[in-house]
Amino acid sequence: MKKLSARRRHPLAALVVLLLALVCTGGLYTLFAPAGKVKADETAQSLAIDEGKKLYAVGCASCHGTGGQGSSDGPSLVGVGAAAVDFQVGTGRMPAATSQGAQVPKKKVVYTQAQIDQLAAYISSLGAGPAVPTKNEYGPEGADIAKGGELFRTNCAQCHNFTGAGGALTKGKFAPSLEGVDPKHIYEAMQTGPQNMPSFPDTTMSEQNKKDIIAYLNAVNGDETESPGGLELGGLGPVSEGLFGWIFGLGGLIAVAVWVAARTAKAKKS
Amino acid sequence: MSTNENTTPRSRGKAPAGERVADWADGRLGIYSLAKANMRKIFPDHWSFMLGEICLYSFIIIILTGVYLTLFFHPSMNEVEYHGSYVPLQGQLMSEAFSSTLHISFDVRGGLLIRQIHHWAAVIFLAGMFVHMMRVFFTGAFRKPREINWLFGFLLFVLGMFTGFTGYSLPDDLLSGTGVRFTQGAILSVPIVGTYISMFLFGGEFPGHDFVARFYSIHILLLPGIMLGLVVGHLILVFYHKHTQFAGPGRTNKNVVGMPLLPVYMAKAGGFFFLVFGAIAALAGIASINPIWAMGPYRPDQVSTGAQPDWYMGFAEGLIRAMPGWEINFWGHTLVLGVFIPLVLFGLFLGLIALYPFIESWVTGDKREHHILDRPRNAPTRTALGVAWVTGYMIMLIGGGNDIVATHFHLSINAVTWFVRIGFFVGPVLAFVVTKRICMGLQRRDKDKILHGRETGTIKRLPHGEFIEVHEPLSQEALHTLTAHEQYKPAEIGPTVDENGVERKVKGSEKLRAKLSEAYYGEESQIPKPTVEEYKEITSGHGHH
Repeated sequence: MKKLSARRRHPLAALVVLLLALVCTGGLYTLFAPAGKVKADETAQSLAIDEGKKLYAVGCASCHGTGGQGSSDGPSLVGVGAAAVDFQVGTGRMPAATSQGAQVPKKKVVYTQAQIDQLAAYISSLGAGPAVPTKNEYGPEGADIAKGGELFRTNCAQCHNFTGAGGALTKGKFAPSLEGVDPKHIYEAMQTGPQNMPSFPDTTMSEQNKKDIIAYLNAVNGDETESPGGLELGGLGPVSEGLFGWIFGLGGLIAVAVWVAARTAKAKKS
Repeated sequence: MSTNENTTPRSRGKAPAGERVADWADGRLGIYSLAKANMRKIFPDHWSFMLGEICLYSFIIIILTGVYLTLFFHPSMNEVEYHGSYVPLQGQLMSEAFSSTLHISFDVRGGLLIRQIHHWAAVIFLAGMFVHMMRVFFTGAFRKPREINWLFGFLLFVLGMFTGFTGYSLPDDLLSGTGVRFTQGAILSVPIVGTYISMFLFGGEFPGHDFVARFYSIHILLLPGIMLGLVVGHLILVFYHKHTQFAGPGRTNKNVVGMPLLPVYMAKAGGFFFLVFGAIAALAGIASINPIWAMGPYRPDQVSTGAQPDWYMGFAEGLIRAMPGWEINFWGHTLVLGVFIPLVLFGLFLGLIALYPFIESWVTGDKREHHILDRPRNAPTRTALGVAWVTGYMIMLIGGGNDIVATHFHLSINAVTWFVRIGFFVGPVLAFVVTKRICMGLQRRDKDKILHGRETGTIKRLPHGEFIEVHEPLSQEALHTLTAHEQYKPAEIGPTVDENGVERKVKGSEKLRAKLSEAYYGEESQIPKPTVEEYKEITSGHGHH
């Protein structure tokens, strides 16, 4: 204790106290912060319903209506097709939380792929719509990466950024990052146009074009993409570069300057 | 002198080679007297005096790496088909400028590293100039006789911005092309002459086939040439004026306390150059900057979100993004206020900081030279004005990146924009008030320290039970340092009636000056320094602290 009190006027004491306080607050926060959202209704899963309609009645009908006709809380699902269901449920966007913000975000998927397929079968029985694409359609075979890049910059980059890092839309809406998104889901999103995204049906963007775009994204923003220049800094362009330059570039050089100035020739005083 | 020594040789042997070379050069260049006068020139020591060095060295690095890049860059907008080693752009049509930049990045030995050093050095050059300027501003180093050098520095910052802009526009990639389009829009918004300037600059309609070649000669020749001249002038003036120093025992307005240029600062500065070069090269080796291959070639029909300029142009970007899209139509002409007002504000806001030394010297009416630096707290109004300016600048930087702020902090971009709009007006006022109060508080603390000494943290119990904290009187040096600054009195208008009782007219400018002076140096704006009497009274022994 004596040691502590002797040092409490040390120039660095305030810094140490600040650091301690930060560690304490952070620690307490992680201890008491509410855990992730409540898991999906156990009963819904344990009922083991292999039929989409029953799944639908439990998980979807409260917003989309008992027959998929829609309500004030959710749009009609007649004619949206299996691709839309596979995308929305397969990326965890559906079922949505009762009070979401400006846009339904991607989250943990609560249905198994088998259940999603059952739901999709039920929805597509309500009215004809785009089907779930096959691996042939979105796979990398026979795709032209450069052409895909050109198409991406012409049609997608306005919202999703040069390489799909995402971007802001009005009033809190946003175009999500495309990094790590399953090629199947990218294909379905283009096909069906979820939420704020326009749809690009085969009549406006051919199957081959979609394949090209997916191949391009995989080349520039995929798991195996190398960044030739080093750290990508989020691929966000000059904002993150500027921050990095100020903090690590100039900040580091100022630290060096302080260091150099502190080590001066000892000719000043005898 | 030197001829004397030559005619009376000290020994029969030949003089050492170094001496002979020096002699030879001195006979032709007269460097001896020049060197004698300047080699032992004294410079004071403080880390903040090295900020300018960071700028100088990064400028040199930019020139060196830039020369290497010119060896491989083709400033041409001719369309070519790409067949280099970057696969995702194979077979795409692009300008020669873009394809040669890809060539530098992927096929020239060391090309990408040099490109990244060049670009990172530019980012740091501008950031360094900004911080260097702030150092000069907040310590009052811009006062007489250094106003012209302040303007040189300001010009270097502005020219640096435009050199940077013309530089990152050269690769003709989708990001920089968007920036060039942005600039062309700003030019077009100028009433009457805007369309003519745009047509002249781009050689016709945007984008045309000329701007890369034109920006190239501006970027590698015109602007750096002017900047190099200004840098030399800046340094000559630093030598001529001598460096400013912080107050301290033995330091007066008439001397410089420090160490000689040779050998101490030559060694330090030389070493620091390599440290700066090393740090920037390390940065360029670690982090990617401006990956043009990811952005693709520029095509006027394409645009990407998240398109921002480099940070030093972010202020202009912010002004445009925050400004409502007003426009006025009359007689078939459109005045695009939504773009033109930001353009004017951009010039005015930067101009404010350039003119500040002249404004302050007019308010104080002080015609003397100043070589002792102010501590920012001892000039509260100036410090507060500076912080207000920086606040406005920073808020507009947030405005320039409003989309990135919105996505990364999960905010609405509209809310961010409104925050910037209101913040641009309210933020500087708040910053002014808060900074001034902090400065005054620090002045009070200094006064307290002088009169009552330093709090030691030692608690003493007196015989009658009272607890007091023991204060330790400051050393003579510290007392001097804390009281070395001088305090202005607010300028008064002076007698308005002469000895004959004739009233003279008081000019508006006089009244304004008196008011400003009151705001700068009135009772509300500075804490009077403790006087010698006060100090003696309190330290004379009676009474405890």
